[in-house]
Amino acid sequence: MEKGKGVLGAGRRWAVDFSDNSTAPSSRDIPDPPGFTRASVDQDDSAVSRQKKDAEANWKAQKAWEVAQAPFKNLLMMGFMMWMAGSTVHLFSIGITFSALWQPISALQGVGKVFEPYKDNKVELLGPKLLFIALNLGGLALGVWKLNTLGLLPTHASDWVSSLSPAQEVEYSGGGIPL
Amino acid sequence: MAIGSFLILFILFFFSSLNPILSLYEDQVGLVDWHQQYLGKVKQAVFHTHKTGRKRVVVSTEENVVALLDLRQGEIFWRHVLGSNDVIDGIDIALGKYVITLSSGGSILRAWNLPDGQMVWESSLRGPKHSKSLLLVPTNLKIEKDNIVIIFSNGRLNAVSCIDGEVLWEKDFEGESLEVQQVIQPPGSNLIYVVGFASSSLFEMYQINALNGELLKHESAAFSGGFLGEVSPVFSETVVALDSTGLILLTVSFQNGMISFQQTPISNLVKDSFGPAKIIPSSVTGIFAIKMNAVTIVIRVTDENKLEVVEKTNHETSISDALPISEGQQAFALVQRAGPEIHLRVKLAHNWDDNLLKESVKMDQHRGLVHKIYINNYIRADKSYGFRALIVMEDHSLLLLQQGEIVWSREDGLASIIDVTTSELPVERDGVSVAKVEHNLFEWLKGHMLKLKGTLMLASPQDIAAIQSMRLKNSEKSKMTRDHNGFRKLLIVLTRAGKLFALHTGDGHIVWSYLLQSLQKSKVCQHPIGLNLYKWQVPHHHAMDENPSVLVIGKCGPSSDAPGALSFVDTYTGKELSSLSLVHSVALVIPLPYTDSTEQRLHLLIDADKHAHLYPKTPEAISIFEREFSNIYWYSVEDDNGIIKGHALRGKCTGEVADEVCFDTRELWSIVFPSESEKIIATVTRKLNEVVHTQAKVIADQEVMYKYISRNLLFVATVALKGSGEIGSVTPEESWLVAYLIDTVTGRILHRVTHHGSQGPVHAVFSENWVVYHYFNLKAHRYEMSVIEIYDQSRADNKDVWKLVLGKHNLTSPISLYSRPDVITKSQSYFFTHSVKTIAVTSTTKGITSKQLLIGTIGDQVLALEKRFLDPRRTVNPTQAEKEEGIIPLTDSLPIIPQSYVTHALRVEGLRGIITVPAKLESTTLVFAHGVDLFFTQLAPSRTYDSLTDDFNYALLLITIVALMAAIFLTWTLSERKELQENWR
Repeated sequence: MEKGKGVLGAGRRWAVDFSDNSTAPSSRDIPDPPGFTRASVDQDDSAVSRQKKDAEANWKAQKAWEVAQAPFKNLLMMGFMMWMAGSTVHLFSIGITFSALWQPISALQGVGKVFEPYKDNKVELLGPKLLFIALNLGGLALGVWKLNTLGLLPTHASDWVSSLSPAQEVEYSGGGIPL
Repeated sequence: MAIGSFLILFILFFFSSLNPILSLYEDQVGLVDWHQQYLGKVKQAVFHTHKTGRKRVVVSTEENVVALLDLRQGEIFWRHVLGSNDVIDGIDIALGKYVITLSSGGSILRAWNLPDGQMVWESSLRGPKHSKSLLLVPTNLKIEKDNIVIIFSNGRLNAVSCIDGEVLWEKDFEGESLEVQQVIQPPGSNLIYVVGFASSSLFEMYQINALNGELLKHESAAFSGGFLGEVSPVFSETVVALDSTGLILLTVSFQNGMISFQQTPISNLVKDSFGPAKIIPSSVTGIFAIKMNAVTIVIRVTDENKLEVVEKTNHETSISDALPISEGQQAFALVQRAGPEIHLRVKLAHNWDDNLLKESVKMDQHRGLVHKIYINNYIRADKSYGFRALIVMEDHSLLLLQQGEIVWSREDGLASIIDVTTSELPVERDGVSVAKVEHNLFEWLKGHMLKLKGTLMLASPQDIAAIQSMRLKNSEKSKMTRDHNGFRKLLIVLTRAGKLFALHTGDGHIVWSYLLQSLQKSKVCQHPIGLNLYKWQVPHHHAMDENPSVLVIGKCGPSSDAPGALSFVDTYTGKELSSLSLVHSVALVIPLPYTDSTEQRLHLLIDADKHAHLYPKTPEAISIFEREFSNIYWYSVEDDNGIIKGHALRGKCTGEVADEVCFDTRELWSIVFPSESEKIIATVTRKLNEVVHTQAKVIADQEVMYKYISRNLLFVATVALKGSGEIGSVTPEESWLVAYLIDTVTGRILHRVTHHGSQGPVHAVFSENWVVYHYFNLKAHRYEMSVIEIYDQSRADNKDVWKLVLGKHNLTSPISLYSRPDVITKSQSYFFTHSVKTIAVTSTTKGITSKQLLIGTIGDQVLALEKRFLDPRRTVNPTQAEKEEGIIPLTDSLPIIPQSYVTHALRVEGLRGIITVPAKLESTTLVFAHGVDLFFTQLAPSRTYDSLTDDFNYALLLITIVALMAAIFLTWTLSERKELQENWR
């Protein structure tokens, strides 16, 4: 985003357009200086811009891969934090686990935005995106796994029956020692 | 803002996790609990009114209490509860400073210091045989300057020194069939007359020297007609008796050692006879009374031993003992009930025609008749005699009358509660609230200022005391409407006198009381007994326009086939809705789990002939009952024969008792215990209204155990016949205790365990899927408590999570008890230091809160013991997972934590029962303990997790909130200003 802004220069107060590529001399008031051929300049200019675009695309692709790999570092850090937090339920471990769950989810929600600056019809973004998603899913899995080790996931039979009310009995009996 | 709210939450969490104790702080005593002291029905009263000093009265009661009361207010100065096996036979005051009590069938004589109730001496008196016990304190009979007490008990006459309780002399009366009736000590002489009957037709008289016990004379005379009942002394050497038919009065005179009889047929005295008479003994010279059915006749004996009827009345009359008022003059009082008033007359013994005093006192109809009267005199300002009368009413209340007014009254009927149930209060709405509003605005403001001072910790000690008394007198807790948390309820209690009381749980005041007519003596019912209380109608849907009611069940007489009596009483108004005198007897009452459209609970009454009678007798109830007909069973425990029988219903009654609501029953099964090796000593079932939250118990490592929860389980404890006596009467080898868990529908024994070398008495409590019982271990010489938990093994295979998630299981579908159960039990035993009077368990609305056992100890206190101490899964070294689950390492005895006494510093004298009622707040349960005293409190077995505790620091919370608000405002203005400056740059 930052890069693009600089190139386009939207905020400038004045500008001289050096790349006036209109070929018809009649349209100008001033004739071209002698020895100046407009056509050759035009040709040269387009070659430079193409070169430039290629470089930019390369750079974008590279950046996109970098961005896609970023969650990996996060993943490692999270893993370390979780190991530090231990497996008992308390404020710290709960906080870590929920941030470990929240980060990948928010990252996955913003996949499009993350890769927007590198959007280019020449750049193949599918690979980085897939990697990004995979790594974030990995982070999510780590979070869920942590949740499970804390015993907060209903994966046992006990989690489903713990509030089952007692079964009704068909028969009823009363009595005791005669009064 | 988010940070702020988080902080508040954190502070809340911090304060709620603080203060991990279950006990009370000193200033919390009396906030939710109340304690009331009673005496029981007064049996005997002796006044102690010297000219100087406080006016006091010593009483002994049927609850075996001896107490000293203040005559001005009726407050208790001191009180001793002697216990049910130490029955008081007589009391008196000796030397003006000792209270003498004779108890335990005349075998224990004690002297208590009158001002403070300390025991001065005790002596034990033995004798050759069982007999009547008589206590005599002669006023001026001395042996070597030593005042004496004369006691006749266990066939022996004793003279005991007043000073130290030493027996000065004794004389046995060993005649085989001699029944001593009276011991007479003529005032001013050194003689004692002992009169009695022998072989039912012989009148015996012994004259004894009071100084040394020497027998001076022994005379006997035969009377062919025989004797009946008691004798009444009329003069110092004349007694009155009845012949064996109860139709002839005998005046027996033994002047100068000559026994002479004078017969007077009652028909000569009164024209129309009313059947056999009974002598009402009195100590008034020359006056006695007889009773024939409902007619009381007062008879005067003239100097020539002639009998004269002075009064004949249909009213129940009570006559006081003689009160010597001046030289040779005796006064006595007669009291009668007539309509809304009682009439009191005080007369001189030798002058029937004049009244010293005649008063009419207005008396609450619900106090019934006057049962006893004791009088005492005082000298008025104008030197004439004034009289005060202590009267005992039919409802066992005690009142002091003076100058035609009731000076004070004590509701001592509450000392003998038979049964307790609870009722909700009316829902709050316009015109129902009875709460008192603060007197004026100033008072209200002052109260709130004090409270504010208290919370901000600015209060002086006086202010703190004022705040404390304000807290204790909080009008909120004694309001007459339902509260949000369900703390305010009515305790409906039935007393032995046949009176219903409604006590408010807030402060224990009596909301209403009602003397049940069906439980009063009448022509058809001579000895009515109140039995039980049941909730008859509990409106939920119609709570606004219908009142709840209770069912009182009683019967006429102690025999098993005595006809029953039902009463229905509205619990809001305290009025009897209706009453029924039944034609059948009541052996068992079974409240059924069904209600009709008006929310009346169906009750099944089983009579002695094993017919079942359905109540209410409405067609709707019958149709509901017939729908469930085949699923209703009943069982009876015949503890004398050692048989438990199960029955089913068969159909409408046939034969002479044909009735729409009468059903025949048939026997299904029976369990017969071998009579010589097993005797039933205790049975216990789950409470009918107990709520169980879940059937599963999650144990360590997320495993599940399924509780075997059944309403139809019966715990039975039996002991060897030899071991059914007192503790220590058998060797450990001869005694054992067997505990059973029996299914009462099928008669299947689910569990049986034998404790060798153990003995009763067994106290047990059954809740959810466990039973806890207390007994004595003879081998270890200690009391033990055992727990049995029962689990359903057939449900244990439900392990597939997906089936459970989708609900494809049959764990909640109705089950039949005829399906084969597969149960396992776990049990464990622990030593327990105390012997126990009763055990109860806390109950909460939803059954989520953990349970506490409430143990009524021998010291008349209530101890709360957490159920997790009685967990059969306790081991010596629990694993980490088990520790996390909350399992306590196994110890051989149960801990008694002094702070966990629910009754804190108080004692519930003569503790008999503990009742727990759930409040609406899940964490809280209401506990009511009754005996001679009453005690009520609220308990939170897992602490009040669903509400802020009373000692929550509101001030700190308030300060924190204010500080946070200020901080937020400050930072907001600062950031605004900074932004403005940024923009100007």
